[in-house]
Amino acid sequence: MTKIVNVTIDGQTVQAEEGQTILEVAQAANIHIPTLCYHRDLTPTGNCRICVVEVEKQRFLQASCVFPVMEGMVVHTDSERVIKSRRKTLELMLANHPQDCLVCDSSGSCDLQDLAYEYQVSVPAWGAKGARYEADSDPNPFVRVDFNKCILCRRCVLACNEIQCRDVWGVAYRGFDEQIVAGADVVMLDARCESCGQCAAYCPTGALSDKMSHGLGRAHQVTKVTTTCSYCGVGCQFDLNVKDGRIIGVTSNPDAPVNGMALCVKGRYGYDYVHHPDRLARPQVRQYLLDGRPKVKGDQWVEVDWETALEIAAVKLREIRDVHGPDTIGVLTSAKCTNEENYLMQKFARQVIGTNNVDHCARL
Amino acid sequence: MTNSMADIAGQAAAMLVIGSNTTEQHPVFGTMIRRAVRTRGVKVVVADPRKIDLVEFAVLHLQHQPGTDVPLINGLMNIILEKGWEDQAFIAERTEGFVEFKAVVEQYTPERVAEITGVPVEQLYQAAEILATNKPMAVMWAMGITQHIVGVNNVMDLANLQMLLGNMGVPGGGVNPLRGQNNVQGACDMGGLPNVYPGYQAVTGEEARQKFEAAWGAPMSAKVGLTVTEMIPGAADDKVKALYILGENPVMSDPHAAHTRHCLEACEFVLLQDLFPTETLAYADVILPGVSFAEKSGTFTNTERRVQMVHQAIEPLGEARQDWRITAELAQQILKEGDRQVTGGAYAGWQYDHPAQIMAEIAALTPSYSGVSHERLDRGAQLQWPVKGADHPGTPILHVGQFARGKGKFMPIEHVPPAELPDEEYPMLLNTGRVLYHWHGGEMTRRARGLMEIYGQALVEVNPDDADRMGLNGHQRVRVTSRRGSIEAEALVTDRVPPGTVFANFHFPEASANELTIAALDPVAKIPEYKICAVKVEPV
Repeated sequence: MTKIVNVTIDGQTVQAEEGQTILEVAQAANIHIPTLCYHRDLTPTGNCRICVVEVEKQRFLQASCVFPVMEGMVVHTDSERVIKSRRKTLELMLANHPQDCLVCDSSGSCDLQDLAYEYQVSVPAWGAKGARYEADSDPNPFVRVDFNKCILCRRCVLACNEIQCRDVWGVAYRGFDEQIVAGADVVMLDARCESCGQCAAYCPTGALSDKMSHGLGRAHQVTKVTTTCSYCGVGCQFDLNVKDGRIIGVTSNPDAPVNGMALCVKGRYGYDYVHHPDRLARPQVRQYLLDGRPKVKGDQWVEVDWETALEIAAVKLREIRDVHGPDTIGVLTSAKCTNEENYLMQKFARQVIGTNNVDHCARL
Repeated sequence: MTNSMADIAGQAAAMLVIGSNTTEQHPVFGTMIRRAVRTRGVKVVVADPRKIDLVEFAVLHLQHQPGTDVPLINGLMNIILEKGWEDQAFIAERTEGFVEFKAVVEQYTPERVAEITGVPVEQLYQAAEILATNKPMAVMWAMGITQHIVGVNNVMDLANLQMLLGNMGVPGGGVNPLRGQNNVQGACDMGGLPNVYPGYQAVTGEEARQKFEAAWGAPMSAKVGLTVTEMIPGAADDKVKALYILGENPVMSDPHAAHTRHCLEACEFVLLQDLFPTETLAYADVILPGVSFAEKSGTFTNTERRVQMVHQAIEPLGEARQDWRITAELAQQILKEGDRQVTGGAYAGWQYDHPAQIMAEIAALTPSYSGVSHERLDRGAQLQWPVKGADHPGTPILHVGQFARGKGKFMPIEHVPPAELPDEEYPMLLNTGRVLYHWHGGEMTRRARGLMEIYGQALVEVNPDDADRMGLNGHQRVRVTSRRGSIEAEALVTDRVPPGTVFANFHFPEASANELTIAALDPVAKIPEYKICAVKVEPV
C-alpha cells in the first residue's frame, strides 16, 4: 500500500504518493519546474541544480528531481531565492561555454539555450576564456564530440549505461578539469561504442551531436516526419528530419511505441543510402528489346521513359504467360516494401498472371 | 512472435536465446534484454555456437555444435521430465500427443546429448534448471534455428519445450521468432508466399479460392506455387521463363551464388524493380526505379505483429516512382490485352490514388487485418494482429487460454545431421550471418558512408587456435573454399567462433559467404542450410 501525502506547491495543495519526487508531483499538477540533467527515461541524479526549489523548514534549496515529498510539505518553485540560484547556476554554466550559438547545430534544440533565454542570462563578462577542448575531438563517424559545450550533466553516461547498457561514457578528472571520457579516456570505438547515438540523443546541449547532420540545418529549419525504420523487424519509429527535400538527419521520437528514444546505428545513422548517387533515376531496357530482336545477353542498357519501359515489360510478361503458361512466371515480392505493396505484388501474381509463384526473402 | 517485446523484457523471469545474435541483428530488442538483465536480474541462457555479445549478459552459454539444436532441446526436455519440472496441468488441459513425444525425448539422455552437442552434462542440468524453474520463461530465436535442413524441426522442438513448461499464452513467455527484415512479417501476412492468400488463407482451400476469385474477378490457380529457392533454379531447367523481382538481390542473398548467377542468366526475361544497380542487375532485361521507405507511405508489420505507419518524408528522387504505383501500372498495362480477362469483382481493379485505399482492400479480404486502417493508425491506435474489426484492440499475446488449432500438439522430433559436414578435404565448418553495421546483401549499407567507415570490408572470423595452426599472423588474408566456390577476405582472429568453425557474412560482393553456402533445403519450408557447410581455409 502506497501512502498518500498532502503537499502544497506554490500555494496549490495536491495529493501525492509518498516517495514521489517533488518534480514528479509538480509535473502531474502542471506546475513548471525547469530541468536540465533530468530526463524521464534516466535515473535522476540532481547534479545540475537547475530544478532547485525552496522547501519550507529545509535550510538549503533542494533539487526537486531527487527530493521526495512528505506529508505537509510546502514547496515554492519560483521564489526569489530559487530564481536567483537558477540564474547563478546558468551563469556558471555559460561562463565556460562557447558563445557560438550562431553556428551551433543544436541551436533551437538546446536545453541550455532555452534556459538562458527563459532566465535571461548571458555569458558573464568574467567568463568565456576560449576553447578548452578540440571541437569534433572523436573520430567516430556518427557522434560529433565537442566537450567545450559539455555541462557535465551526465545524461550521456546514464543513457549509455541505462538505455544501451554499454557503459562507454564515464566521468574523469577532478574540479574544473572534470570531463566526460569514453572508456579510459580513449576514442569512442575503442571503448566498445556501438554508435547507437543514444548519448547524442539525450545530450541537452551541442556537446554530443549527430556528425552527419553537422552544418546541414537546425531544428527550426527542418520538417520532422515520423516513420518506421527500414532495417530490421523490431519496428523502431523515429523522425526523419527533412530540409529542402533532403533527409539531413534522424531524431528519436520519445513516443515511439516499441523503442522510445532508443535506436541502433543503422536506424539512426544508416539513412544516407537514400540520397546516394547510385540511385536509379530512370527506367532502362536492354537495346534488343527496343529493336524487337531476340534476346542478346548483356546487351547495352538504354534509358527510356516510363511508358516505353512499362509497355515492353507488359508485352513480355503477357506473351510468356499466354504462350508458356502462368506457372512459367515467378514473382519475388519484397520484405523491404510495405504491406500495401506486398499485397499488390501477390495480387499481381495471382490475378494478372494466374500463378501462385510468389515468394520473398523470408527464407533467406 | 506469440508475445510482445515489451512483455518479454518486462515480465520474463528467464530467457532462452537460441540462434539469435540479438544485439547485432535486432539491436534495440537486444538492449531491452540487456536492460532486463540489469534492472530485473532476468536469467538469460544463450545457446549459440558462437560467443555472441549477449553472452556477456547471460548466466550460461551453451556452445553447442552447429546443427545440433534438436538434440540440445530434447536433452533439456529429458532432464525437465526426469526432474518432474514439466507443467502437468498445462499438458493435460491444453495439449495432445504427449505420450509419443515423451517416448522420443526419453532417448535423448544427458550423456548422449553431451556427446552429440559437445555441451557438458553439467551445463545441460544447469540450463534445464534455470529455464524450467524460473517462470515465465521466453524463448527467442532467429535464423540460427531456421536456416537448416531441419529448420522446421528445430522450431517445432522449441514449441515442444514451451508447451512442456506451460509457458504459452502468458506474458513473459511464448515462442518468439525474431523476424529479420523490417517487413518480412507483413510480406508473409499479405500472402507474399506461394501457398497462401493474405492472412494465411490456403490457396488450396476451396472456400478461400472462391472468395478471391469473386473479389479479383478472375480464376485462381489452386496449385501451390514455387518458393524463391525453387523459382530461381527453375529458370535453369526452363520451368521458369520470366521473373518479376521487387527489391531483392538474389545474387547476394541466395545460397550458392555461382548457381544463382547461372540460373538468372538462363532466364528468358528478368524484370527488376529496385533502388540501385544491384549485383542482380547484370541479369535483368528491364529495370524500373522504385523508391526508398522515405519516399512513400504505407505500413510495415514488425516481428511482434505490430502494424505501423510509414510516412512519406520526401518526393521520389529522379524519375523513380513509388513501388505500389509501378505494380499497379504494370498490372493495368498487361490486362489491356491477352488471354486473361478480369471481369467483375469488387476488388478486381488497379486504380489506386493512395496506399490507404490498398489497406482498405486488404482489410476487406484479410480477417486478421480487418480492423486495420491508415486512419486508425494515424489516430495513434496500437494494433497487433489479429485485429478482428474496427473496434477490436488487437492481440498483443497469442494463444491465451487456447491454441489457434485447439489443442497444442507435441511433435516427436529426432535428430537429423546437417547436409554437409566437414571431412578430410573440407575440414572446417562455415557459419554465416550478418554483422551490426550492415544489412543483408549490403545494397543499402554499403552506400552509407559512416557504416562503411566502421566496417568497410568483408571479415572472416577465425578462432585463434585455428589461426595459429594455419600460420595466420595479424591481419593476414584467408582464402575460404567450399565445393561451390571460393572467397578471399581479411581474417578477424577472435574467440567469438569456436575452433574448427569460421564465420563469414554476405554483405560484400567481392567476398560473399553465399559463394560458398549450400543450397540444401528444409523439405517443408524450403529454407537453405546457410548456417552449415564444409570449407577449407588457407592463408593467402
